[in-house]
Amino acid sequence: MAATEAEADIHLDGVSKRFGDMTAVDDLTMSIPRGSFYAMLGPSGCGKTTTLRMIGGFEDPTAGKVYLGGSDVTQHPPYRRDVNTVFQSYALFPHLSVEKNVAFGLERKKVGKAEALKRAGEALELVQLSHVGKRKPAQLSGGQQQRVALARALVNRPRALLLDEPLGALDLRLRKQLQIELKRIQQDVGITFVHVTHDQEEAMSMADTIAVMNKGQIEQAGSATDLYERPRTAFVANFLGISNLIEAKVTGDQRVTTHDGAQLHAPECAGLTGDVRIGVRPEKITLLPDGEPVPDGYNALRGKVVVAAFLGVSIQYVIQAAGGEELNVFAQNTDGSEPEGLAVGREVQLVWRPEHTFVVERG
Amino acid sequence: MSAVTEVTPPAPAEETAPPSGGSARTRDRLRHGGLALWSVLALLYLFIPVFIVVLFSFNDNQGRFNFTWQGFTFRHWADPFADPDLAKALTNSVEIALISTAIATALGTFMAMALVRYRFRGRSTVDFFVFMPLSSPEVVLGAALLAMFLTLNINTGFVTVVIAHVMFTVSYVVVTVKARLEGMDRHIEEAAMDLGATEWTTFRKVTLPMIAPGVAAAAMLAAAISFDDYVITSFNAGQTQTFPLFIFGATRQGVPAEVNVLATMLLLGVLLLMAGNVLIQKSLARRDTMRAD
Repeated sequence: MAATEAEADIHLDGVSKRFGDMTAVDDLTMSIPRGSFYAMLGPSGCGKTTTLRMIGGFEDPTAGKVYLGGSDVTQHPPYRRDVNTVFQSYALFPHLSVEKNVAFGLERKKVGKAEALKRAGEALELVQLSHVGKRKPAQLSGGQQQRVALARALVNRPRALLLDEPLGALDLRLRKQLQIELKRIQQDVGITFVHVTHDQEEAMSMADTIAVMNKGQIEQAGSATDLYERPRTAFVANFLGISNLIEAKVTGDQRVTTHDGAQLHAPECAGLTGDVRIGVRPEKITLLPDGEPVPDGYNALRGKVVVAAFLGVSIQYVIQAAGGEELNVFAQNTDGSEPEGLAVGREVQLVWRPEHTFVVERG
Repeated sequence: MSAVTEVTPPAPAEETAPPSGGSARTRDRLRHGGLALWSVLALLYLFIPVFIVVLFSFNDNQGRFNFTWQGFTFRHWADPFADPDLAKALTNSVEIALISTAIATALGTFMAMALVRYRFRGRSTVDFFVFMPLSSPEVVLGAALLAMFLTLNINTGFVTVVIAHVMFTVSYVVVTVKARLEGMDRHIEEAAMDLGATEWTTFRKVTLPMIAPGVAAAAMLAAAISFDDYVITSFNAGQTQTFPLFIFGATRQGVPAEVNVLATMLLLGVLLLMAGNVLIQKSLARRDTMRAD
């Protein structure tokens, strides 16, 4: 196959899925490039798992088409689709040994028994489980079962691997370890991974592209940096990390005025007019005691310290802005003490560089 | 009986004792004793008839009746199939049980699959009608079946008995297999199809092996119910004799002791099946606990 890096491996065209009155996926169009690690991120009920199940062939779209490698597979059953799934519950066959579980897909493809077992052995080696091949799935730990499920899918060399919250059932430590392992395996085998998760940190640490989903639609798709530094909707701004959002109005070229009258410079407000919300991440803000001069070109707001929590690596402040909002500010603990001028109750100035200001529609 | 003498006498002796905790302890002991007594009585009530059946298979009875103990003998055990009518009735019962169980198990398993896996028009109606034979009186079922066979001009006999047995055992199969299917992770079948198995391969390689214990239990249940059914069979048997029909008929002219012998053999067979069932359940329970870890 003469596939270029940029070719869409998986393409959904205007796909919707309704269950009775409930719309799980709403007119969704998306393309997943070949070889990418693509995460679908969103709260439960946002339609991410339904989307994955439509790619895998477990749900029929109510409307729209699903393409794999350019051909329309909308009407194809799962066993005629060149993708494999890792289920959240692992879904290993309890009556078969680990080895036979992994060889299951190859045997369906009429690969010889000996060859199937040999390749199953190699796949188990890839996930570092060669020694448990003869055991039954029930004799393995959760993390091991998860890796068997991964080997069982990968051994078929699918066009794409679909992962449905594959780490959801594991404890935090194991999850972190397997995140790194998954990323390594994806780089080794070089096939497309579509990873469904509700854990923003997991998505950010693993994926090349993250699609943030909400109410059956993709709110925004892009790299972790894009989504974090330049969120385009309030939902994305709040779902990834902590955001300080302030109601404002676009008043001119790159100029906004907050609801309490402060003039701010917002280079990113291109295309938006009228009522908006401006945002800035807590770690981008510097607090200055009242009366200190604001550096040239910086945006500035006034406020009063409500909470100052010393967390060791940083100090977390909650500031009541002049306009009434409570804003979060993280300050690096570089001095080794809590500055007297920023104690609870003090009047302070919040300053940040204009390019760290993002603008979202008021929704 | 010994339980009674063990429990009752200490009560008055302790009741006169002065310490305050004494009467509470007595009540406790009485309660435990009472429970043990009732348990023993209940078990005796259940097992005395069975025990008598076994005992009288060794009775050296004279004449047609086998109701009074006249001495010990292995005579009846030497050739239990001596009475040709009895042998024929037993073979009929075994054949009917095997055939109707095979049909009912296959039919009931697929019905259960359909009821659990698919949402279709009339699903709840089917669900309801499947339970009907379990809850309606056998007399009604038997009479209704007979009426139907007569209307359709079908001669009653071996075939109609098989049809009748399939009809009421299939409900037990559906209920038993359904329970097993409902406890199964739907994603496991999806995983099989995801890995390239068609619906039929998925059923053969994954679903069936996983519900096999449920199907086996259902088949055993169906066979047992078919084998000992009297009421429905009596309506639809025509000239065909089954084991329960033969025994009932025989009691009017005196029961041959061979009936006791065969009943004892069956009892042993059932006990073996039950032991097997317990072993299967234990190994399943072990598998499930391991999965929970």
